[in-house]
Amino acid sequence: MAKAELMNYEQALEQFEVVIGLEVHVELNTNTKMFCGCKNEFGNEPNTNVCPICIALPGALPAVNKTAVESSIKIGLALGCEIAPTGRFARKNYFYPDLAKNFQTSQYDEPIAFEGSLDVEVPSGKVHTVLIERAHMEEDAGKLTHIGGSTGRIQGAEYSLVDYNRAGVPLVEIVTKPVYGAGAEAPELAAAYVRSIREIVKGLGVSDARMERGNVRCDANVSLRKHGAEKLGTRTETKNVNSLRSIERAVRYEIQRQAHILANGGTIIQETRHWHEDKGATSAGRPKSDADDYRYFPEPDLVPVQPSRELIEALRATLPEKPADRRKRLAGEWGFSELEFRDVVNADLLDQIEETVTAGAKPQAARKWWMGELARIANESEEGAVPNITPAQVAELAKLIEDGKINDRLAREVLGYVLAGEGSPAEIVAARGLEVVSDDGALIAAIEAALASQPDVIPAIREGRMQAAGQVIGAVMKAMAGSADAARVRELLIEMANK
Amino acid sequence: MTDLIRKSASELAELISKGEVSSVEVTRAHLDRSAAVDGAVHSYLYQNPEASLIAAAEVDRARAAGEITSPLAGVPIAVKDNLTTTDAPTTSGSKILQGWVPPYDATVVKKLRAAGMPILGKTNLDEFAMGSSTEFSAYGPSKNPWDLTRIPGGSGGGSSSVVSSFQAPLAIGSDTGGSIRFPGAVTGTVGTKPTYGAVSRYGLIALASSLDQIGPVARNVLDTAMLQDVIAGHDPHDSTSLPESLGSMTAAALKQDVKGMRIGVIKQLSGEGFQPGVAARFKESLNLLAAAGAEIVEVDCPSFEYAIAAYYLILPAEASSNLAKFDSVRFGMRVEPNENATIERVMAATREAGFGPEVKRRIILGTYALSSGSYDKFYGAALKVRTLIQRDFDAAFAKADVLVSPTAPTTAFKFGDKIDDPLAMYLNDIATIPANLAGIPGMSVPNGLADEDGLPVGIQLLAPAREDARLYQVGGWLEKAHEEIWGKRMIDFAPELEVK
Ligand SMILES: [Zn+2]
Repeated sequence: MAKAELMNYEQALEQFEVVIGLEVHVELNTNTKMFCGCKNEFGNEPNTNVCPICIALPGALPAVNKTAVESSIKIGLALGCEIAPTGRFARKNYFYPDLAKNFQTSQYDEPIAFEGSLDVEVPSGKVHTVLIERAHMEEDAGKLTHIGGSTGRIQGAEYSLVDYNRAGVPLVEIVTKPVYGAGAEAPELAAAYVRSIREIVKGLGVSDARMERGNVRCDANVSLRKHGAEKLGTRTETKNVNSLRSIERAVRYEIQRQAHILANGGTIIQETRHWHEDKGATSAGRPKSDADDYRYFPEPDLVPVQPSRELIEALRATLPEKPADRRKRLAGEWGFSELEFRDVVNADLLDQIEETVTAGAKPQAARKWWMGELARIANESEEGAVPNITPAQVAELAKLIEDGKINDRLAREVLGYVLAGEGSPAEIVAARGLEVVSDDGALIAAIEAALASQPDVIPAIREGRMQAAGQVIGAVMKAMAGSADAARVRELLIEMANK
Repeated sequence: MTDLIRKSASELAELISKGEVSSVEVTRAHLDRSAAVDGAVHSYLYQNPEASLIAAAEVDRARAAGEITSPLAGVPIAVKDNLTTTDAPTTSGSKILQGWVPPYDATVVKKLRAAGMPILGKTNLDEFAMGSSTEFSAYGPSKNPWDLTRIPGGSGGGSSSVVSSFQAPLAIGSDTGGSIRFPGAVTGTVGTKPTYGAVSRYGLIALASSLDQIGPVARNVLDTAMLQDVIAGHDPHDSTSLPESLGSMTAAALKQDVKGMRIGVIKQLSGEGFQPGVAARFKESLNLLAAAGAEIVEVDCPSFEYAIAAYYLILPAEASSNLAKFDSVRFGMRVEPNENATIERVMAATREAGFGPEVKRRIILGTYALSSGSYDKFYGAALKVRTLIQRDFDAAFAKADVLVSPTAPTTAFKFGDKIDDPLAMYLNDIATIPANLAGIPGMSVPNGLADEDGLPVGIQLLAPAREDARLYQVGGWLEKAHEEIWGKRMIDFAPELEVK
């Protein structure tokens, strides 16, 4: 894949206005699939969660999952949308082997939720209002694995395997209106928007919201137009951007790629593009044009979904607080500086820190652990995965320090054992005898042993040369393998000198 | 035991319940009849006599043990081959499904089994129920027992011929535009298309989902009613199935009373342009009804003019999508081209080889009707006509309790007469299609024989949605009136089939 020529980013923004549009697919975490009773579960043996309905055997009929409808309504309400009093499903017809019926049951002209908006804060602190066009219900397709061939794509493969476990898993697709005016922040806004959607659906409890599992997937539309131009430019739709970082990078890449083409008199082809995280580039996929004809028509096998006013209001009453409100509240409660708080948000660690504080840690201590040592470990790990520790364990660790049971150095050692799966911090401290020694008898014996080889120290202290104490403290710490309470050693030494 | 096959289902049920005859004996009598005549009639695509007898024996045991109390317990039945059955291949009359044994039973099949009704076999139909003659079955046509050179109606010609040739007392049909009623009319039998949603479609291989309805087929109105009572009811697996019960059809069939009822004659379907014998018998029945104290009124349904056009857009549109699943990936036929066997080529080669001409015609028509640019002109316009037809019915039922018309313009035509002229074939359904478009119930009842050819004609009864009982009430009365005039049941005029 030849890397396209790119225009310098600042130059691109000088010449063009960026317009983005985002389509986010949220996989719901219902017990069963959208239209049948099969388990909605990730990671099972291929084709074990299937039935005549989701593999489209002749004669089978769909029936709507009520919980999925309620989850969709909750998402719509959380996005400030209107909820349609009646909404039909529609068939989107196209042939593809991961689509058992060769049509997708979706919603077309009657989405369950429409006309909403979401305030999204970007790293600079600026808040952009993103208008939501619609959120509609649909079903996921199966998963294809292409065997043979070099690309891993269907073209060139020797054969392909289909796993229908995912076929019929409920999805909600959230579509924004075109987003104008983000300027240089468009890539960050795209990522921040998806982060907000993720927070919302996680907060609602309607999705596991794990991007690495595809629970939240984003297609990013990007187009450019000359500043002041009325007409929107031709857009590309970049698929397969499955982490917040890739969303930001992919949008930035498309801006630079399109700017280079346009500035050189070229035209943008309306197409889907694929993001390649390893290469940091997009490549052309299927040309997409108005000739794409899905022959939508109302799904005759399903009656329209007609949520009552009462149901909608009952669901509205269960909504948790909005992410923006929550941030405002937490910022106040925790007393972080503006910069500290923004760093936490950008590191995507709000949930962990909140849970750690809830488990009893002081906010600054929780921040210090998650943003410091744990972030460092995460960055060093291969997948950049979240370290294998619970917020409650972090809180326990912080408490042990606060109570003087361990010091910072010991705490790092304990953390290592927690990550290795040895148990909770308190258990490890007890099992490994790592508690700080503050038993005066043992300390005095160690001090006396140290003083024996350094007889000048006591006189020096008496003369007020406190730096001399450092040598003894160091020797005691060394003798006790770091488990001594250094502050107490210092106190005892001064007492002994003043006797 | 040969006289067992001439008995009605209700008579058989009574004999069985009294212990005078067993389900095994009744089932065997019908299987023997099939062995003797089905070589000529070709009602069945599949029979497994041993399995049917085992099922009958189990019914006899369960009935004796008091485990089955259904009114039709022990009475065997034939099932149209577009309903899934776990113990028999289900082909829907298509090569593309040859040999496919479904892993699940249709809801209606489950109900039949639960009611203790042994299944005699799977009956023939036009491929995917697209046709009016069974000439589009991939496995060859069924014959009309009244004249083996004539069609038994379609798409349910297997079910109509199986009851009219006494191979089964009862059969299940499906009706998308007349596939139960037209075959009933041309074979001198009774068939009902219930209100849309009265019978679960789960396990019915869909032709056009918004029009399809499963219904009962039998030789008399009471049997038909008893069978509808067995198969009707809400099914959570079919979202379009009605939540409420429509009451007892059996009770309605036994009322035998039309006094004071308002019978509406649809101006657009009053017999004009129909075969003379068809029109004549229809007028006679109106006179009979009037003489019995019914009030005959004329109703105007101006939008019926566009019914066939709308139907042949809506049906192909839905069918084109419903039939997309036949792609060789998960079940059924697979044809692999010799070279470059990409998935698209395999799908295309399979569909090319597996689908017959009428299926292809309708898939192409439907795909075109839904494509952007033609949607509004064709599919969208057809939906508007559908609404207008529903309004015509609303207005008509404000003036009448039941509407009547001849079921079909002609008696049974000869094989080959219309096979090359799709439009002529489609016009057969002119009287039956409006009920499917409106979702209302309709029934065809034998209405005497046409003078010119001695073949049976049918009268169609239509009622408002959920008022299926009215059909059985009027149908039961008409049947009795005809028997009194003609001296015997219409079916008894059918010539004896040569027994092998
Ligand atoms: Zn399933």
